[in-house]
Amino acid sequence: MKHLVPEFEKLKARFPAGFESSLVLPCLRRLQEERGYVSDADIDALAAYLGVPRMQIEEVLSFYTQLRREPIGRWHVQTCRNVSCSMRGSARLLTHLEKRLGVAIGETTPDGRFTLSTVECLGSCGTAPVVMVNDTYHENMSPERLDALLEGLA
Amino acid sequence: MTGRKLLMTFPVTATSHTLADYRARGGYAALAKALHHMSPEDVTKEVTASGLQGRGGANFPAGRKWSVVHLNDGQPHYLCANADEGEPGTFKDRWILEHAPHLLLESMLIASYALQVRNAFVYIRGEFDLPYRRLAAAVEEAYAAGYFGERILGTEFACDVVVYRGAGSYVCGEASALITSIEGKRGYPRNRPPRLTVRGLYQQPTVINNVETLSNIAGIITHGAEAFKQVGTPKNAGTRLISISGHINRPGVYEVECGYPWAKFLYEDCGGILNGRTLKCVIPGGISTKVLTRDEVEKLTLDQKALEAAGSSLGSGGMIVIAEGTCMVRLLQVMLRFYHHESCGQCTPCRDGMGWLHRIIDRIVAGEGRPEDIERMYEISAANDGTTICGMGDAAGYATVGILNKYRDEFEHYIEHKRSKFAGNLEAIAHA
Repeated sequence: MKHLVPEFEKLKARFPAGFESSLVLPCLRRLQEERGYVSDADIDALAAYLGVPRMQIEEVLSFYTQLRREPIGRWHVQTCRNVSCSMRGSARLLTHLEKRLGVAIGETTPDGRFTLSTVECLGSCGTAPVVMVNDTYHENMSPERLDALLEGLA
Repeated sequence: MTGRKLLMTFPVTATSHTLADYRARGGYAALAKALHHMSPEDVTKEVTASGLQGRGGANFPAGRKWSVVHLNDGQPHYLCANADEGEPGTFKDRWILEHAPHLLLESMLIASYALQVRNAFVYIRGEFDLPYRRLAAAVEEAYAAGYFGERILGTEFACDVVVYRGAGSYVCGEASALITSIEGKRGYPRNRPPRLTVRGLYQQPTVINNVETLSNIAGIITHGAEAFKQVGTPKNAGTRLISISGHINRPGVYEVECGYPWAKFLYEDCGGILNGRTLKCVIPGGISTKVLTRDEVEKLTLDQKALEAAGSSLGSGGMIVIAEGTCMVRLLQVMLRFYHHESCGQCTPCRDGMGWLHRIIDRIVAGEGRPEDIERMYEISAANDGTTICGMGDAAGYATVGILNKYRDEFEHYIEHKRSKFAGNLEAIAHA
């Protein structure tokens, strides 16, 4: 974590003084970017750096769906299946993805390339159905467009 | 056209979100006017006089919220823009964040001046990537131009802003949960009173406004409250950003003047129902607002007063259009799975109730529904009403009751015949 401290210090400067606890979430997000999940060592280091209890960090980690304690596939394929996406074909997309990747929802392909998930409303209902791959939204998706997308991901 | 415009007033181009373009459109002149020619009290008076109501779902008058904050009380005050757009069907704040981030920032600066805020926050949902990058870039541009930091525009006014990213939680869009999240904890809603304007972020007076609500402030300061009130209806001033999706030919974000005819909006502006189908019903303002049937919708105008009179709300402006032939049992199943997933687990009626509702609807869809299930869903919804810390429990109940009241026959049919009254899934396939 040490190499991120200068970045964290910059962030801290724009917060009101004395509320280091607010940095828990942004720091966890940044730590996760490093290797795809937050490790035990990360938690210890962050608790020491911010001076907050380890328990608080664990609580935050277990509350927010985007934060992970374990590694996942290189490409995280998340399909929205809320109301508007359901009305525009997300069920067909999911069936297609399960078949093509050969995994069920929540699983990772044996080669470690893809993890398949469902996700709740991504706020992209006007371009439904939407699939989020890592940080990027792919809108107006169809099984054909999904195939083209997945082929481009190493 | 959907009436007069206040926010979507410029063509979107590759650079329309930048500071240079925003300035060329007259940007940051409202901030200069407020700082140089108005007192903080004047600004709040103007906002109150405009009649601007909250655009996040609750329609609370913005000026009234601001007026609770006491100036010169020696305490730090905070401002949070709620950009945790998560109510299913809603994607209008995203338009502002992606295309007019400086409009939000300028408006936040004016609000911070009026409320004596030194530290302002934008709480943006964790999944929004492009909106975050656009906003973060705009913040850096604004700092470099001297709009944030010390001695803004040569005055004593100083203000910092942080773009705070969530990490996947619907309930964090609820104002008190949003605050708890910024404090670096689980996003649990808090009991009120005390109101957040009395004791909010870090236990200090805090104003939380939706992105669209705030984005109207710059225009109100530039053109005055009277000009704002000229747009819309006497009870609902201004415009609403409507994000429309579902079985509609031209989904997207539209700025609609309050009072605009709903039928015209659907059938002309949005190109009518998908695949030539007929309209069945509309969820007007995010899935937590009560569904309105075709007969109701076609007679109504798009303003909060009209929708309230019809027993619903324009809510967050997240409008979902549903075509004839869509199974409301399966639709409610999607909604209840969502509420169950997003319950934060603090309050028993919601934590358990959402699970019960979800299991009952799963059972009905699986063909194992029992005749008493419909009444049980009513009972669970009623048990949630007013018994939880935040409004999510109530909202899930309203949504459930709204559908049960109007489409009870579909549930009875599903339970009796162990299958839907309608073929297929929730898509509006071309035929019929």
